[in-house]
Amino acid sequence: MTVESLSPALMRRRQAFSLGRWLERESVFSWLMVALPVAFLVALVGYPFFYGIWISLQNRPVAQPGVFIGLGNFIADWHDPVFRQVVLNTFVYTIAATLLKMVGGLGLALVMNQNFRFKNLTRALLLLPFIVPTVLSTIAWQWILDPAFSVVNWVLVHTGIADPGPSWLGHPHLAMFSLIMVNTWRGLPFYGITLLAGLQTISPELYEAATIDGAGRFGRFRYVTLPLLKPIIFVVTMFSVIFTFSDFQLVYVMTRGGPANATHLFATYAFDIAMGAGQFGQGASIALSMVPPLALIILAMAIYMRPSKS
Amino acid sequence: MTVDRRGWRMRLLTLWLPLGVSLLFALFPFYWMAITSLKSNQELYNRKVMPLIVHHPTLKHYVDLLTETDFLLWTWNTFVVSVTSTAISLVFGAMLAYPLARMRFAGATLVSFAIAATYLVPQPLLFVPLADLINRLGLGDTLTSVILTYPTLLIPFCAWLLMGYFRTVPIELEDAARIDGASRLQTLVKIVLPLCGPGFISAGIFAFTLAQNEFLYALIFLTKTEVRTVPVGAISELVRGDVFYWGQLMAAALLGSIPVAIIYSFFVEHYVAGLTAGSVKG
Repeated sequence: MTVESLSPALMRRRQAFSLGRWLERESVFSWLMVALPVAFLVALVGYPFFYGIWISLQNRPVAQPGVFIGLGNFIADWHDPVFRQVVLNTFVYTIAATLLKMVGGLGLALVMNQNFRFKNLTRALLLLPFIVPTVLSTIAWQWILDPAFSVVNWVLVHTGIADPGPSWLGHPHLAMFSLIMVNTWRGLPFYGITLLAGLQTISPELYEAATIDGAGRFGRFRYVTLPLLKPIIFVVTMFSVIFTFSDFQLVYVMTRGGPANATHLFATYAFDIAMGAGQFGQGASIALSMVPPLALIILAMAIYMRPSKS
Repeated sequence: MTVDRRGWRMRLLTLWLPLGVSLLFALFPFYWMAITSLKSNQELYNRKVMPLIVHHPTLKHYVDLLTETDFLLWTWNTFVVSVTSTAISLVFGAMLAYPLARMRFAGATLVSFAIAATYLVPQPLLFVPLADLINRLGLGDTLTSVILTYPTLLIPFCAWLLMGYFRTVPIELEDAARIDGASRLQTLVKIVLPLCGPGFISAGIFAFTLAQNEFLYALIFLTKTEVRTVPVGAISELVRGDVFYWGQLMAAALLGSIPVAIIYSFFVEHYVAGLTAGSVKG
């Protein structure tokens, strides 16, 4: 370097330049970008999550300071017959609805993966149940299954299948069945359209190769389609399981957990205890009880669906 | 051509029949909403009348809904909340996605793990602590309470989707801009963002429909009629005690679904792209 380069004017310019350089560094720029949204998520997701754990360890009636009682709420849940019913209900609901959506969605995807007229319009119409606000469509279902004016029963009676028709939401098992059907109605398009997108990524050459090797319709499905679709089925099922397991809207609108707690799920029961009975601590403990079974289900699925080494 | 006839029968069995049944199952509730909302009460509650069609259509339920309830206000609230929380989520989502897609920085893995975890947190897990938090902040019964909390449901999805789009921009374009003296921010704003329009539309549509759909937080935070959203308003004010105003409920359900359906119909391709991007690419 020459002496000139050390002149004060140039020094200053170099300094200003390096502040700009500092801001341009990948790590600095990155953190300046992500800092605000990360802080936002920490404040409204991270903090409430741990705060919720803290609340669940307290006896905390609404508008009163909490008293720390350790695992008292969880122990009370364990001995609560309604809570046990809730656990059973949630598993029945999640497993039945997820299986129906998975099988039905795969079927729908296979049907839609053919060429026909108005394909895009059909796809758009089939997705409607998924995009329309759930509460609003659930109100329609509640009316369709109304005890006195159910249109389903009208059809059953007038075709001579049953007279009088069943009380769809009044009988414990039928109410659960109805909820599972409505959940399937809403979630099946999500499965169908996502799996359809997956099907379309499978190269036709693979099917040709399988056909040459002597695979029939079923063989092509079993040895080409299914293995290639597995990762997508896993992701969709993971989402479906999480949001079915923690479902609130459907049950809240259609049965409020009734009749006789036969359709209460974790979310609706936690809501009843926290918001209805005003027991925040107890409610938080019921909501948090969702975490271990959910984690186990996802882990089990991940192990089962892991890519097989071939 | 005998093959043609067999092919046609096969097509009926493997295509049109299952498709027809699916469409009937998917669309019947909407048909039922529509015709119920157009029936008079006498017709609605008369078991002797064939219910599958409207015999004497009337707009009375719509008139009642718009004049006797705050339905228009709820619609406005829902719109304001959905648009604002979608906008916040797109901005924050992009701020998270760009560095994660393009830069190497300490903590990147942690940030992306945190986003994935947030994506998977179901709302019912957080409503108790959030209700308490909203109360302490004095935000109960304000639209701010849901405008602040909805983005927590939308940001992870937006970030995930936009990350995929940012990665599709050729790095050479960004390098060229940088060599020409553009700062990183200028490169992002002038080069990358304009190329990712479709990504923003997909993420925006998806976030908007999710925001319209949200119910639990709105039910808990918004207890006054003037701040309610459509789903909460319909559930809490069109059902009084044990009395269901079915005509008005169906009118509200239909009108409440229409904004989403219209926006969706314009951008259905983008919506499907958003819906499938996460699972197909990931």
